[in-house]
Amino acid sequence: MNNKTFPLSRLSRGVATASLLTAGLAASASAQALTVISFGGASGDAMEAAYYGPFQESTGVDLTPGDYNGELARIRAMVETGNVSWDLVEMESPELVRGCFEGLFEPIDWERLGLRDQLIDSAVTDCGVGTFVWSTVLAYNADELDAAPSSWEDFWNVEDFPGKRGLRRGAKYTLEFALMADGVPAGEVYDVLATDEGVDRAFAKLDEIKDDIQWWEAGAQPPQWLVAGDVVMTSSYNGRIAAAQEEGNDLEIVWNGSLYDLDYWAIVSGSDYVDEAYDFIEFASQPENQAVYSSEIPYGPVHPDAIGQLEDAQARRMPTHDENMAGALAIDTAFWVSYGEELEQRFNAWAAQ
Amino acid sequence: MSSTSADGGAASPPEASLKSRLRRAERLRKVKAIGLVAPLALFLIVVFVVPIGNMLTSSIDNGSLPEVMPETAATLKQWDGEGLPDEAAFASFAEELRGSRRGGGLGSVGRRLNYEDPEYRGLLMRTMMGLPQASDDWQQALIEIDPAWGETETWRGIQNAAPPYTGRYLLASLDLERGADGDVQRVDQQDRLYQAVFQRTMVIAGGVTLICLALGFPLAYLLATLPAKTSNLLMILVLLPFWTSLLVRTAAWIILLQSNGLANQSLMALGIIESPLQLVFNRIGVFFAMVHILLPFMVLPLYSVMKGISPSYQRAAVSLGAHPFAAFWQVYVPQTVSGVAAGTILVFIMALGYYITPALVGGPADQMVSYYVAYYTNTTNNWGMAASLGSILLVVTLLLYLVYHRLVNRKQMIRS
Repeated sequence: MNNKTFPLSRLSRGVATASLLTAGLAASASAQALTVISFGGASGDAMEAAYYGPFQESTGVDLTPGDYNGELARIRAMVETGNVSWDLVEMESPELVRGCFEGLFEPIDWERLGLRDQLIDSAVTDCGVGTFVWSTVLAYNADELDAAPSSWEDFWNVEDFPGKRGLRRGAKYTLEFALMADGVPAGEVYDVLATDEGVDRAFAKLDEIKDDIQWWEAGAQPPQWLVAGDVVMTSSYNGRIAAAQEEGNDLEIVWNGSLYDLDYWAIVSGSDYVDEAYDFIEFASQPENQAVYSSEIPYGPVHPDAIGQLEDAQARRMPTHDENMAGALAIDTAFWVSYGEELEQRFNAWAAQ
Repeated sequence: MSSTSADGGAASPPEASLKSRLRRAERLRKVKAIGLVAPLALFLIVVFVVPIGNMLTSSIDNGSLPEVMPETAATLKQWDGEGLPDEAAFASFAEELRGSRRGGGLGSVGRRLNYEDPEYRGLLMRTMMGLPQASDDWQQALIEIDPAWGETETWRGIQNAAPPYTGRYLLASLDLERGADGDVQRVDQQDRLYQAVFQRTMVIAGGVTLICLALGFPLAYLLATLPAKTSNLLMILVLLPFWTSLLVRTAAWIILLQSNGLANQSLMALGIIESPLQLVFNRIGVFFAMVHILLPFMVLPLYSVMKGISPSYQRAAVSLGAHPFAAFWQVYVPQTVSGVAAGTILVFIMALGYYITPALVGGPADQMVSYYVAYYTNTTNNWGMAASLGSILLVVTLLLYLVYHRLVNRKQMIRS
């Protein structure tokens, strides 16, 4: 960030500095070893049960958990001031790529970790080790539809499946789904999207159902709309649908053509506890520990063996279940980091017409 | 002569001291006044003038590259844009690229260059990875890492990002850009957005203001003419939503207006419609929610003005033979002009900046300027765009306000 900024960012920088100071004070008060920062919430509770406690028990390393909202600025402030009090952080993929680009994270030494061949491919990156998989799927309300849709082609088929459809307001996810609906195989979506003709093709496909789309922005909206009958089918985060299913709603997920992405562990550049951080990542990547995490919350493990250790009903809800992975596509974060702004601008202009 | 001069001489000292005492008293009063105003003035400067100035400069600020890579920016300034820049430019670029990894500099340069071409971020990343510690021939070294460094276009993009100020954000906010030859031209049809957004913002804000006036005027009239007991009760009904959180009210509208919501179900039960109407996530929903939220800002100024108008004027007009409507229109309404003026300008200006309500109850074609300001500030971190959209909105609002001020003042002048 440059020096000439919005006053708001000065304020937030002040807040960040203040919280860094308090974090530093807390750190000096309790002589801890490894500080692990996650996004907290239900996922944080699952991590506590699956990773933090067992890791401390089995290795004797002291661990201080914490949570944050994924702000790269806080990590940047720590690295810049040389006052690194967080050692291991949970990162979403776009921030991981940006932070890696700016040198905020230690590059992962995969030789040392020795997990390269064991984890799913997209868990292996320069600066981060994948920890769980979440997915954007096609979901529908089985009560409202006579026949079950099975693909994005069906999503575009307004004659056989009449009614409103929900999509996330934005180019990301939407363009991928449009291309898949137009018959592009999952594996080729990003190759097509990287060309101007491919982008035109995706928007032309979106034109077909423009009037039938109800755009969502918050992850809570799709399941709510499905339950309320506002839309007959929608794209949605799989965890939200699972939660609505648990409440007794008759919602179904189509895994074919789902887009998945990972959250990662990244080691903050300049951490004093790199060795412990590697130990923790290794521990958290073991199938038995991943299985414990996934049984607490319906996010998929990155170690394929972990699926086998879950109960069948649970395993089937995971994006990483073998059956669910068929026809699924990993979000190409590097593509979106580069072309995101251009495509979102085009999307905004298209949607506003 | 001498006596007059003596007189004058005798009279002048007390006169002078009176003058100076008067002056001292005046000065004291001025100091007191300034002292009383100072906290507010200071507050306004800190929270209003400085941030707005900051925003206006951010809209033309091009600082990231010249700040992070000052030498590269300086050497590229000399370059004529033909062939390749000289070895000095290559060397300073390589050195400054290495140094930029500290302190987020690389991130901001990458972001800025990506506006020129989305390939830059990847290119910088690859170059960073392969950068040797030292080299005699940086040109050779960089081209070896990536052949893109041997192309004129790559360097021209960096040269474009090098000056400390740029008009690109302001132009982009008006759907304009500089073409390859430097002329200002409209962007491609498929990328045009912001002219329509500004227009839409004005239409929505104007529409909301008119609806608020149409609903608020009779309501305020009723409140001002009813006996105090009843009007106090009604006033609470006006103020109750005013005291409720904006988000709660917006969410309530979504629940009321959705396909299976109360509104549609009631209409269907009454047999007025057969299938649910689309009342939310479109312009209708935006109008419903915004009018509901802004109505008190129209009613309150109108009420305070109407409360001060004596009913005897209208009665006098009627007793002199005027039709009751003529008495209302020609005697009562002109006296409410200041309330109408205050209410409409308040509602209009507040409506211009609305963000949460259209974002929640509107579709993509109902988003106002603030939505894009928030989008660029939070989602893409493109503060240049956010600031220039905000600046243009500010300028347009000020212009509209001036025109409005003229109109209202003239009306009041005619009346008096």
